[in-house]
Amino acid sequence: MRRPFGAAVLTAPLLLFLLVTFVAPIGAFLWRGVTDDEVRPVLPRTVVALASWNGTGTPGEEAFAALVEDLRAARSGDRGAIPRAAARLNADRPGFRGLLPMTARRVEAPFEGSARAAVLAISEEWAAPETWGAIARAGGPMSSFHVLAALDLRQDATGAIGQAPEDTRIFRAVLLRSLWISLLVTAVCLALGWPLAWLIATARGLPATLLLAAVMLPFWISLVVRTAAWMVLLQREGIVNAALQASGIVDAPLPLLMNRFAVVLGMVHILLPFMVLPLVAAFRGLDPRLPRAAASLGAAPWRVFLRVTLPLSLPGVGAGCILVFIQALGFYVTPALLGGPNDQMLAWFVGFYATRSVNWGLAAALSIMLLVAVGLCVALYGRLAGFRRPGAA
Amino acid sequence: MDRRTILKGALAAAALPAAARAQGRDLTVVSWGGAYQDAQREVYFRPFQQQTRNRLLEETWDGGIGVLRSRIASGANTWDVVQVESEELLIGADEGLFEPLDWAAIGGKDAYIAEAVNDYGVGAILYSFIIAYDRARMAQGPANWADFFDTARFPGKRGMRKGPKTTLEMALMADGVAPAQVYEVLGTPAGVDRAFRKLDSIKADIAWFERGSQPPQWLAAGEVALTVAYNGRISAANATDGRNFAIVWTNNIFTLDSWVIMKGSPNKAKAVEFLKFVGQPAVQAALPPKIPYGVTAKGVNERLPAEVLANLPTAPQNIANALQLSDRFWLDNLDRLTQRFNTWVSR
Repeated sequence: MRRPFGAAVLTAPLLLFLLVTFVAPIGAFLWRGVTDDEVRPVLPRTVVALASWNGTGTPGEEAFAALVEDLRAARSGDRGAIPRAAARLNADRPGFRGLLPMTARRVEAPFEGSARAAVLAISEEWAAPETWGAIARAGGPMSSFHVLAALDLRQDATGAIGQAPEDTRIFRAVLLRSLWISLLVTAVCLALGWPLAWLIATARGLPATLLLAAVMLPFWISLVVRTAAWMVLLQREGIVNAALQASGIVDAPLPLLMNRFAVVLGMVHILLPFMVLPLVAAFRGLDPRLPRAAASLGAAPWRVFLRVTLPLSLPGVGAGCILVFIQALGFYVTPALLGGPNDQMLAWFVGFYATRSVNWGLAAALSIMLLVAVGLCVALYGRLAGFRRPGAA
Repeated sequence: MDRRTILKGALAAAALPAAARAQGRDLTVVSWGGAYQDAQREVYFRPFQQQTRNRLLEETWDGGIGVLRSRIASGANTWDVVQVESEELLIGADEGLFEPLDWAAIGGKDAYIAEAVNDYGVGAILYSFIIAYDRARMAQGPANWADFFDTARFPGKRGMRKGPKTTLEMALMADGVAPAQVYEVLGTPAGVDRAFRKLDSIKADIAWFERGSQPPQWLAAGEVALTVAYNGRISAANATDGRNFAIVWTNNIFTLDSWVIMKGSPNKAKAVEFLKFVGQPAVQAALPPKIPYGVTAKGVNERLPAEVLANLPTAPQNIANALQLSDRFWLDNLDRLTQRFNTWVSR
């Protein structure tokens, strides 16, 4: 048992590296999708008081008293925590961004009588069950709020889960769109890549080298540069439209940019090598005597292809398709630059919520969705094709 | 988080011992960098140092309330005066990141235009969202937002900013809502529906931009016939790229950047002195000829050449029917309206 131990020692630095730079940060980010830690530190007593509330009607005096006490404590402590909690609550229920700091300011001075009357006098919003429902939902420490939002679902104050309002339902459609675009790109890559790979695998000498170099070349150019080059080519007064108009094929410039066509074109261009290379490897590993043997036994060329060549290249096809599909699913830059608003894929929304609206919880929940989709696709591939190495069949 | 920010963080950490004797630190003023800060240096920073015998250090930043928050929270803040966007002014004031402003010490509230006055900040510049088109391609352009939405009279793509902020206001004004009533209408569900219905009418013709540099590029390339744009970008394209872009000021939407003093600044007295200096109309009047932003002291317009004034959001004819972007409204409503906008735009 010396060898496995030695192997473990030798791979330990790599595993440690992966753990520190890959697994831990991604795990920490995804963790935010299922937790809620902004509201509880500010409103600890309120969250506890709401635990026994059933979600219907305005809560009783003890919840209002807890709210007043929490807000006073927060005002005298870290004042920045109130707006942060308000921002989180505002993502659930608009109006909280102003409501919470305003209420905190107004209850700071001591008052006579019930907390309920005093708080309701500040804003009628505090009479609405959903206002309190938002606080209860954000109480943490674990939370389904972001994951539900990523699935276009929401929970009301009583805990019942229902559809999000029709005009804000978006993420399920975006997931389907991402899957569809990825599938389309994979299919086009396969259709274009198969003959090319065959050509490369069967060519000899200089042509083979040149063909392979032509496939590899794009690898050495930045993805953004290649995408930007497509913008120059496809824009309204770009090279393609100028050529089409000059040759009299079209009268007015075609809308080639900011649509699905441009996105698929750009993605195929970038992902094609990932299809071609595994295919070339599969073809090169294919025993050239087998098709010849089939032919010598009287099979017609199409029959040789269908019964011998194609089945033997399947492991390469599978590897190429899964590589292209998974990469396509997470594409961000190309759809952002070449696509219109209804061509944006899931990654664009992850970026939007992470950097633009600073809603990390939702960004993490969407990432979880993307990860689960990729995991399911890989699992499906594993079941259908198995993870055998080419030639190991 | 770019390299520069990280570098700055490292420098700030290295400067920790120095922060302990922060009394000896020079006044540090932070602005947006680029051509804008170059202009500020010539007009504000150098003259201030020469005339008041104060030393002044400059830094740049890219905005973001998180940056200010962590500076105050860490106790290692080395910034005194910072130029912030209107939303950061509002949030920062809420969170207690800024010193309350002593208006009497910087000339009094009456010395400034009303929009520039805030308890925690004084307006530095105004800029506007306007309609722009290329005179080289369109002789008779649109005159207002209703025209912008009129695809029959003005065919072709229109550029708009991808997001609900400013876009919904423009749709309502195009639908006949007066600027003064825009936020009142937008505050109701029916008003939001109305704005989206109006946008629906030209949805197929809208090209959405995400960066301020895109509208002038698109206009120049003929990608769009009309576009929403920042006024400064269009003037800059005319001045430096020899373009002949027209600006339509009718019902433009304007917003301000403000100067604030960071909470607990050891240089507060010098900071106030600086704000007083840059608040003088005679000093401010030198900025717009260098970069086409409006400034905030009363009495500047009279000192500006007519051709400079005509391109500013603060010119009387440009600001008369303008709408000030409401940060209060958007703080409360941005989350839901963004969600709805994203859903709408991607259908």
